Amino acid sequence: MIQTIAFYLFAALTIASAAATILSRNPVHAVLFLILAFFNAAGLMVLTGAEFIAMLLVIVYVGAVAVLFLFVVMMLDIDFAELRAGFVKNFPLGLLVAVVLLAEMVLGIGAYKSGGLVLGTADGTNAAPAGTTNIEAIGALMYSRYLFLFEAAGLILLVAMIGAIVLTHRQRGDTRGQKISKQIARRPDEATVNVKPEVGKGVQL
Amino acid sequence: MTAFFQTLGMSYEWAWFVATVCGILLIALPLMLAVAMIIYVDRKIWAAMALRRGPNVVGPFGLLQSFADGLKVFLQETIIPSAANKGLFLIAPVVTFTLALLSWAVIPFNSGAFVSNINIGLLYILAISSLGVYGTIMAGWASNSKYPFFSAMRASAQMISYEVSIGFILITVVLWAGTFNMNDIVWAQKGHVLGIINGFAANPLLFPMWVMFLISSLAETQRAPFDLAEAESELVAGYQTEYSSMAFAAYWLGEYANVLLMCALNATLFWGGWLPPLDIPVLYLVPGFIWFLIKVFGFFFVFSWIKATVPRYRYDQLMRLGWKVFLPVSLLFVVLVSGYLMATGHFQ
Repeated sequence: MIQTIAFYLFAALTIASAAATILSRNPVHAVLFLILAFFNAAGLMVLTGAEFIAMLLVIVYVGAVAVLFLFVVMMLDIDFAELRAGFVKNFPLGLLVAVVLLAEMVLGIGAYKSGGLVLGTADGTNAAPAGTTNIEAIGALMYSRYLFLFEAAGLILLVAMIGAIVLTHRQRGDTRGQKISKQIARRPDEATVNVKPEVGKGVQL
Repeated sequence: MTAFFQTLGMSYEWAWFVATVCGILLIALPLMLAVAMIIYVDRKIWAAMALRRGPNVVGPFGLLQSFADGLKVFLQETIIPSAANKGLFLIAPVVTFTLALLSWAVIPFNSGAFVSNINIGLLYILAISSLGVYGTIMAGWASNSKYPFFSAMRASAQMISYEVSIGFILITVVLWAGTFNMNDIVWAQKGHVLGIINGFAANPLLFPMWVMFLISSLAETQRAPFDLAEAESELVAGYQTEYSSMAFAAYWLGEYANVLLMCALNATLFWGGWLPPLDIPVLYLVPGFIWFLIKVFGFFFVFSWIKATVPRYRYDQLMRLGWKVFLPVSLLFVVLVSGYLMATGHFQ
């Protein structure tokens, strides 16, 4: 019974916050509702027994990606009138994307209902590994059967990261970097001079 | 505890429900009391190191100071700035306070004493601590004022930066323990070094990781020397500037509950949690939760000590430490630890 209550709570909140994401007028509110939707989706995943994916969703999307979203939205000075001006022009395109997404979801659910998905285990058999936790099961698959795909994904991410750094990094000639090791190595006798100036005469620096 | 309530004639589900609620209260109420006392202890230690007396008027030795402060704050008027985003402004402290309590669900206080013994306990803690940013960032934005906003920017960048290296540090612990379950991580530390010392921190490969974890936990909870988000000389009181009465108190309680949580994590992950420091039968006569509390409060003393003695970092130094020192070193240690474990056949 508690699971049923939890399911309906999470599901209702996911849908409500997803709707609020689109409908809210303030972009910061929209992002916060999006985060609430992510969080409730994670709750749904915990209920289905996919706790590892749920935690990853929270750590990666809610904890990192959405924070960057929020940063960008907070910093931008968004003009609402300008945003709404393009509504009629972009409406057909938006409708098209929505229809394509709907069709994909229907196809996906149809394939799942007809038993078309083969969720394999490490040795290629179809049985769910008994007595293993989520992490062990995923790890056993990822580092054996899907090892090359996994490594390829890692390489793509590395390329994306280097690309982002190269694109945004610009060298300015006039910056003076701080060399911590040099600062720590400095001793009082190199840094200070003790002078006894005569009366009425200044100090030569 | 579920079994006990079942003997009272409840069905399993109701017994589970009541037992869980009791477990939550058993942790949350003493925790709030501990937070009140720890604020007092923090002020006393800080005063002692500055050769002052600290709070000494309310109650014997000033012991009731925190409660007096609490009462004062409770009776204050809640002021909401007219330009603030009202809803978010009020939700933000609630978020901080709630998240500070949530992580305690998986901390083992003794063998078998926890609210929830989930097999992804450590990931759960990472997930909750990565949510902690929102309380700060929402407060900063909703206040609609310069200093809170600057502070929120600083705080969130700081927390995200240090979470990266904390993630890698925790991976080395998980590699050695072979599990994400907090209680099993404690068990994995039994007789870890030379068969007699309980605790990963005594391991030469993991000791540097513990030092980095301690520093990162200071940064993660925004304690001195990393308290840039509330640097009073630059930002008034940071993201809390516009808050008053209970909303302000919620931030304080949440902050100290987070500090205690980080102390508990240091104890649980690196110093053997509720195990005694040495694996000698005599020491097991002392109940586990007493060892645990000794370790937690020991770490809290270290936190206060650092607060009283170390000057504040500059922002660029903080970022340099996180990204240019901790990240590569922790990555290197992930490679070293996993290489060592593979070479010695630990995984077989």
